[in-house]
Amino acid sequence: MGLKIIVLAKQVPDTRNVGKDAMKADGTVNRAALAAIFNPEDLNALEQALRLKEKYKGTTVTLLTMGPGRAADIIREGLFRGADDGYLLSDRAFAGSDTLATSYALSCAIKKIKDFDLIIAGRQAIDGDTAQVGPQVAEKLNLPQVTYVEDVIKAEKGKITLKRRLERGVETVEAPLPSVITVNSSAPSCRPRAAKLLMKFKHARTMSERQSQAEDYIDMSADRPYLNIQEWSVNDVETDAQWLGLTGSPTKVKTIENVVFQAKESKVLTASDKEIDELIKELMLNHTIG
Amino acid sequence: MANFFTDNPDLLFHLQHPLMKKIVALKERNFADKDQFDYAPLDFEDAMDSYEKVLEIVGEICGDIVAPNAEGVDAEGPKIVNNEVIYAKGTQENLDALVKAGLMGITLPRKYEGLNFPIVPYIMAADIVSRADAGFVNIWGLQDCAETINEFADDDQKSRFLPRISNGETAAMDLTEPDAGSDLQAVQLKATFNEKDGKWYLNGVKRFITNGDGHVSLVLARSEAGTSDGRGLSMFIYDRNEKAVTIRRIENKMGIKGSPTCELVFKDAPAELVGERKMGLIKYVMALMNGARLGIGAQSVGLSEAAYREAVSYADERKQFGKSIIEFPAVYEMVATMKAKLDASRTLLYETSRYVDVYKSYMHLAEERALTKEERADMKVYQRLADFFTPLLKGMTSEYCNQLAYDSLQIHGGSGFMKDYPIERIYRDARITTIYEGTTQLQVVAAIRGVTTGAYLNRIREFEAMPLQPELHSFRRTLIGMTEEYEKAVKQVVDVKDNEYLDFHARRLVEMAGHIIMGYLLLLDTERNETFRTSTEIYIRMGRSENKARAEYISNFTIDDLGFFKPNA
Repeated sequence: MGLKIIVLAKQVPDTRNVGKDAMKADGTVNRAALAAIFNPEDLNALEQALRLKEKYKGTTVTLLTMGPGRAADIIREGLFRGADDGYLLSDRAFAGSDTLATSYALSCAIKKIKDFDLIIAGRQAIDGDTAQVGPQVAEKLNLPQVTYVEDVIKAEKGKITLKRRLERGVETVEAPLPSVITVNSSAPSCRPRAAKLLMKFKHARTMSERQSQAEDYIDMSADRPYLNIQEWSVNDVETDAQWLGLTGSPTKVKTIENVVFQAKESKVLTASDKEIDELIKELMLNHTIG
Repeated sequence: MANFFTDNPDLLFHLQHPLMKKIVALKERNFADKDQFDYAPLDFEDAMDSYEKVLEIVGEICGDIVAPNAEGVDAEGPKIVNNEVIYAKGTQENLDALVKAGLMGITLPRKYEGLNFPIVPYIMAADIVSRADAGFVNIWGLQDCAETINEFADDDQKSRFLPRISNGETAAMDLTEPDAGSDLQAVQLKATFNEKDGKWYLNGVKRFITNGDGHVSLVLARSEAGTSDGRGLSMFIYDRNEKAVTIRRIENKMGIKGSPTCELVFKDAPAELVGERKMGLIKYVMALMNGARLGIGAQSVGLSEAAYREAVSYADERKQFGKSIIEFPAVYEMVATMKAKLDASRTLLYETSRYVDVYKSYMHLAEERALTKEERADMKVYQRLADFFTPLLKGMTSEYCNQLAYDSLQIHGGSGFMKDYPIERIYRDARITTIYEGTTQLQVVAAIRGVTTGAYLNRIREFEAMPLQPELHSFRRTLIGMTEEYEKAVKQVVDVKDNEYLDFHARRLVEMAGHIIMGYLLLLDTERNETFRTSTEIYIRMGRSENKARAEYISNFTIDDLGFFKPNA
């Protein structure tokens, strides 16, 4: 039995390669200075969806992203890797959304898509690091949620079995379908773009993109409907304006401070002599001390 | 987060050569596939855009996966478990990524589920993969074998075997035997036809077989009992699913350690004849080897790129006597000369690839319709160019890649001798390139005919006549002078009318031709793109003095002087 999967993905500024001008004076991200990329953990989420597609015949993978027009790149990147289709939710009315407004808009779009068995999102985006959107979407749709997923073991007979990666170990849980899951970066990396899919879908465009294409662009979407990326504005989705965009966003960024990181990762030790000994040896070995 | 395609603008420059228009037209034939395959190009620009975008995928996989795995693969290597070759963990990861990306049947026709790309972008992918891990390219690059099946096998065989390769199965070419290395006419592995079931069976031993446990193997075997030369050999396809071959051992090599080099024992192994009997060595292996030699050219260029980059980064970083060592003339001369040899190697690689592309596209076109008289003539021109440029390419670029690896390690000083830096591995990996698929000495045997028949000279004359901006004329004058000197040296050697004397000086003459040809190619690159000017300057300077030394050596060498060198003289 095939599953209908929706993958939530976000286009984010590449905060892993930050230069001096990454932040504007008002404390917001200077998006122009940073490359726009597919949020890394959303790629882990997509990989889980594509693995389910390989495992269960008839499974479809649909991407849903919210963002400006150029976020259509996210849909194309997904198509190049094996997704079946995608929706871009794009409108000025959505601009300035915090996690609450974002999850509201996404959940409205999902209600419009209607037919689905599973929603997969990355744990969190590298620009906000909130990890709130996935869980909020689940709440708004009144669906069960499983976070920190590392592996989807199976999804059969209306149930899904998952491995969760937690701070102190691994937990295997079962949830009913439909449900929402969020995937960790410890899950397998996403597969590369496939050459044939890239060549097949590289001409895929949203309606707005088609209108602003250079003259030599050959529009084939009439003969090849898969080249049409669905684009929804606020009018295409049933919403209540007071929950959208800046109006619907109670979170306001007050100030931003530069923090110099001392360490890249944390480690939890027990108070035993053995573990402290080992830590000292490790630090000497990598020349941190000694 | 590295991309080995986009971080090297020279690649895009070579991809966008003007001759690509002709190559794409021959390969895509009015873009007829577009109605049948959703991934076929609509026009020339669309095709070129696809090559570029697919090479970006190759570059990304190489930068993010293959290159970081190279050190681990070198240390771990493959092993035999239950008569199966198990790759190192990193090798398997590399392969999985390239299979998932659909990069295994790059040049195969779409009807066999390939990408139908020309040779140029395929070789460019090989160049990129080689920079990341020169041992791994041997496994991935054996998709060359599929090209030979596509050329010579029947339709039934093609439709059974080629889609398997397009979808990720690997291949092997089983030629060498304990007593048949450079001299393949001595191949002994026996092929016997069983009248009862109408099948061929193979018995015997193959040695030094790269990826010997590949899914689909092309095997050279003696089908004609009682013969002892090349005319008794035929080509067979062996399918690993038959499970009739024992992998006796994997060689413990100096370099390219991730690539399993196997000794194979065939015991009544069922196999299928490819093409005609007795044509195995004479026709099919020659085609296979030419493809493989182009591949070694790409491997050499990729290795040179890696060696050069390691040298630059170390020479910039390393401070002695209060400054970066690249500030010292002794070091910057080495670095700049490395870059010149790298650029010269790469331009020869893509020039040769284009020749192969044109003539092979005609050849495949001829399977569908009769060629016109003009087309046949054009095909002959390019086939001849490909035949003479391939051994020159393999010989020159593999020698250069060793020189680059040597100099790069030298720049690293004592650190380069340790396993702490990648150059130690690159140096070992480079060493095989002048040996396998025909040693440099054997490339010279093939290339010397390009000297004596005037084939190189004709091409040099054509380069000479190509339009050039006035600022570059002085380079051409130097090259014209070098050409006169070369003609004189050739005449001196040929006039002696002695084959041993010719063989003795052959390498000198071939290298003289090589320096002139690569000098012109760099010059023509500079005509299209200023960035190659420095390398052109340095390379022509170097080539001129190297040619002088060779001419001088020949001028002062009589046939009697051979006696000083001969064993037991």
